[in-house]
Amino acid sequence: MSTATDLDRPATPPAFQEINASRRFKNRLATVLVAGAFVFALAPLVWLLITVLAKGLRYVFNADWWQKSLAGLTSRQFGGGVYHAIIGTLLQGLICAVIAVPIAILVAVYLVEYGKRSRLARAVTFTVDILSGVPSIVAALFIYALWVTTLGLPRSAFAVSLALVLLMIPVVVRTTEELLKIVPDELREAAYALGVPKWKTIVKIVIPTAMSGIITGISLAVARVMGETAPVLVLVGYTAYINYDPFDGNMASLPLLMTAERLTTNAVGEARVWGAAVTLILIITVFNLLGSLISRLTSLKTK
Amino acid sequence: MAKRIDVKDLNLFYGKFHAVDQVSLAVPPRNVTAFIGPSGCGKSTVLRSLNRMHEVIPGARAEGKVLLDGEDIYASTVDPVSVRRTIGMVFQRPNPFPTMSIRDNVVAGLKLAGLRDRKKLDEVAERALRGANLWAEVKDRLNRPGGGLSGGQQQRLCIARAIAVQPDVLLMDEPCSALDPISTLAIEDLIQELKKDFTIVIVTHNMQQAARVSDQTAFFNLAGVGQPGRLIELDDTEKIFSNPTQKATEDYISGRFG
Repeated sequence: MSTATDLDRPATPPAFQEINASRRFKNRLATVLVAGAFVFALAPLVWLLITVLAKGLRYVFNADWWQKSLAGLTSRQFGGGVYHAIIGTLLQGLICAVIAVPIAILVAVYLVEYGKRSRLARAVTFTVDILSGVPSIVAALFIYALWVTTLGLPRSAFAVSLALVLLMIPVVVRTTEELLKIVPDELREAAYALGVPKWKTIVKIVIPTAMSGIITGISLAVARVMGETAPVLVLVGYTAYINYDPFDGNMASLPLLMTAERLTTNAVGEARVWGAAVTLILIITVFNLLGSLISRLTSLKTK
Repeated sequence: MAKRIDVKDLNLFYGKFHAVDQVSLAVPPRNVTAFIGPSGCGKSTVLRSLNRMHEVIPGARAEGKVLLDGEDIYASTVDPVSVRRTIGMVFQRPNPFPTMSIRDNVVAGLKLAGLRDRKKLDEVAERALRGANLWAEVKDRLNRPGGGLSGGQQQRLCIARAIAVQPDVLLMDEPCSALDPISTLAIEDLIQELKKDFTIVIVTHNMQQAARVSDQTAFFNLAGVGQPGRLIELDDTEKIFSNPTQKATEDYISGRFG
């Protein structure tokens, strides 16, 4: 019957075209390129992680590793631990953060809330940009010139912290600045309209609103400076003993321990270097997790 | 409590741009005054100048006098913070503080001014929320974040926050423009209630709203783009909407332009 064929035929030609071959090809190509770049970027990181864990993980499953130093052990004796280096890394990172974080947050507050586009603010932004590009060895040598050569003070863990401060400030200023900028002006105006002075608006409204992100930024920055090697090489000596005094004497840290033990070319040295590498990665991971936990706890909720 | 406002020869600037030219008007106490006019005519700018929020914008400045019961809020000895404590403001978009609970949002003004007494704060929160017709809806979740409320509830929360500091005057900058009709109705009813205690100035783009809620209406207009806005006419709302003296007012409210 002719009516059946009429029903099979669409009443009007379709209004929409199919995706043509060239667009389909371009889409495939772009997908492959993006996915390829992802794998290319990730592969070395995964490889590195696997290597470090494979070579070092077995040494850290040991209570002594976390509780003892290498004091009294020769380069041929297994045993001992890296407690002295963990303490050094944490102490130096902590002192650095205690000095750098308040300064950096105040700078960011000035830039966003007070300086705006003034000449001083632009100069500060420019300086922060330069500072964020300074290699750690340059920061270390600057502190050496200031602390040791000019002021005549001995090399110490505190000098290391000062060099780390130079590296940490620009990172924290930048992240804090960006986070303060995305706090809506409407919140500031709401506070002003209640008769809240500007400084109180910043302290009680603006900073708490941005707090979650600021904490993430700080924890990333702390994690970064704890792995810095140049400052510890230049500004403090290695020791196998535990030292809690940042102003006096040599103090080990994980990067310094690794560079020192790298010269021990036997199985003992290998154990210490790779074990310390795993330890450092673990500590940095814990810091990042801690940071994201705190930032989740302080993040803005709607429910 | 409620005070009168007299504006005398007010000129407002954004940097070099002359935004509002020679505005003089009077707002009696316990009265709702609506500002209407096309976009860019300066009605929001005038409103913001009434509690010195105008100068918060970089480069913005004001010339002339704004008298609150005869006292010039632009006098050189006056602290703008104390002006804003006396003249509250509700904004176009609801802006509860995202870090604070509903209760803390309401008492934010007092808490940030240093009041610590929990019992007193709870009392104030309840009174302000009742005043903003929000108490029944939120009394069981005062410790939940303010951001979880609906848009209309958030706006009433902002009104509660503004009246919790017991201002003399309440300024409202298009408070219903982001809300649905039901929430708008709730806010309009609330304005009628609040009028008993506060002097209210409201900017609105909705002429029906101006006709519904206000006792007197000010019509602002501008001669053209880049020209300063002017106050064309201020009169009883009924008069403005039935028999305005100025041709421009009539054209605007009858929908011939704007």
